[in-house]
Amino acid sequence: MAMKRTTKRRVVQGVLYAVLLGGAVALALAADWPTIKANFFKSEGFVPPGSWGDLITIGVKNTLIYTAIAFAGGLALALVLALMKLSPVAAYRWLATAYIEFFRGLPALLVMLFMAFGVTIAFQWTPPGGTTGAGIVALIMVGSAYMAETLRAGIQAVPKGQTEAARSLGMSAGRTTLTVILPQAFRIVIPPLTNEFVLLIKDTSLLFVIGFAAEQRELTTIARDFLASGPTAGTSTSLVQAAILYLVITLPLTQLVSFLEKRQRRSR
Amino acid sequence: MTATARPDRSTAAIDVRDLHKSFGPIEVLKGIDFHVDHGEVVCVIGPSGSGKSTLLRCVNQLEQADSGQILVEGVDVCDPETDLDAVRSRIGIVFQSFNLFPHMNVLRNLTVAQEKVKKRSKKEAIEIARANLEKVGLSGRENVYPAHLSGGQQQRVAIARALSMDPDMMLFDEPTSALDPELVGDVLEVMKTLASEGMTMMVVTHEMGFAREVGDKLVFMDGGVIVEEGDPRVVLADPQHERTQAFLSKVL
Repeated sequence: MAMKRTTKRRVVQGVLYAVLLGGAVALALAADWPTIKANFFKSEGFVPPGSWGDLITIGVKNTLIYTAIAFAGGLALALVLALMKLSPVAAYRWLATAYIEFFRGLPALLVMLFMAFGVTIAFQWTPPGGTTGAGIVALIMVGSAYMAETLRAGIQAVPKGQTEAARSLGMSAGRTTLTVILPQAFRIVIPPLTNEFVLLIKDTSLLFVIGFAAEQRELTTIARDFLASGPTAGTSTSLVQAAILYLVITLPLTQLVSFLEKRQRRSR
Repeated sequence: MTATARPDRSTAAIDVRDLHKSFGPIEVLKGIDFHVDHGEVVCVIGPSGSGKSTLLRCVNQLEQADSGQILVEGVDVCDPETDLDAVRSRIGIVFQSFNLFPHMNVLRNLTVAQEKVKKRSKKEAIEIARANLEKVGLSGRENVYPAHLSGGQQQRVAIARALSMDPDMMLFDEPTSALDPELVGDVLEVMKTLASEGMTMMVVTHEMGFAREVGDKLVFMDGGVIVEEGDPRVVLADPQHERTQAFLSKVL
């Protein structure tokens, strides 16, 4: 007996929902809720006067400051690298390529340890912000390698006719780049650069390994400290709180990226 | 300048001598002698791949010639000592694909080079831009972005942008080839006005009607050489060379 096609689709969908619901119910029944709540959602962490205070006023604040510095520095360096990579002088192209390949091939954590402990000690170098500053320099170095490739792709995505039109009006090569090419290239790379920003937010948590003065701690470090101290000590509640705070920052940004990407696709 | 009706050859607007140009193994210009007098409208026609666009692009060095000489108002543009930016600011170019700056509104498209290259004040640049927009029939569109204009309107903005630099001559590289047929007329109308005002023009085109009506000289290129040239009305009506005849029989 043949089912009508619409009937068949409804049956299939019904089965799929039933499986989903069954799984959810089984999980809810099987889970040890009191243990989960005690270990991950201890109420002292969420209900004032809980530990949100330091997580936000020190942790989120510093995470955003470190990210902003690393992003601004990385972007500036990336722009230089991208322009070097497109330079008519071969030596500049090689240098930029070598730098980019080198730092894209290394773990950010390794570069960070190298800058914070290796370089500072070997050269008696005290960067602004101490070892934290050295760690941020490492983030700039690694981030710029990725952003340089993004910028280069953006610059090359600007049609050749734009350069020709600008040069035909008598603009110099530099003026053309500044006035005509870069503004269009930046527009093209805003979505991938926003992604880069999100990656940097997460990478600032690596600064944890360097260690901080109390007021310099970023979000992950504070959450780690609250594992052993504060109202939620002995539970993982602070890690859950940090996760929530990271998502509050990153989710709107990733949503913004997909919105911008959609808009760019439409306008083409 | 002397008061002779035709400036002598050395002060021609464009004077190309024995120009050769190859892309890789393909020689696209095989010894071109070509010249445009002040106030003259020269139309260049020919099948695609004949080298006509390359010739035009060589004049302001968007392409570098391999050998030969290109004098623009007596200045050798192939000479590495020549200030190309200065020469280019006196040559207006209109491209097939418009090439307006998409991140600037119409007014900014017209003023940016005036301010950055000609060092005009913002006020003066805007005045000149408005006058040229009016000339191409697009007054009131100052704040619109190029993406919101039709192809024909974009091309007229591109012409106004070039005119805002007060060029001594205008080069048109197939200015109507990318346009829907019903939009071609407005652009040709603007070009006719320019010609009637005495603008020196080099026009690479497929518009035989325009060449016949407006052109002072018609140049037919094929296979990297100039096959035939002369008064457009004569060449179009009675082509002498068989390659010209074959081409015209296909397009007319």
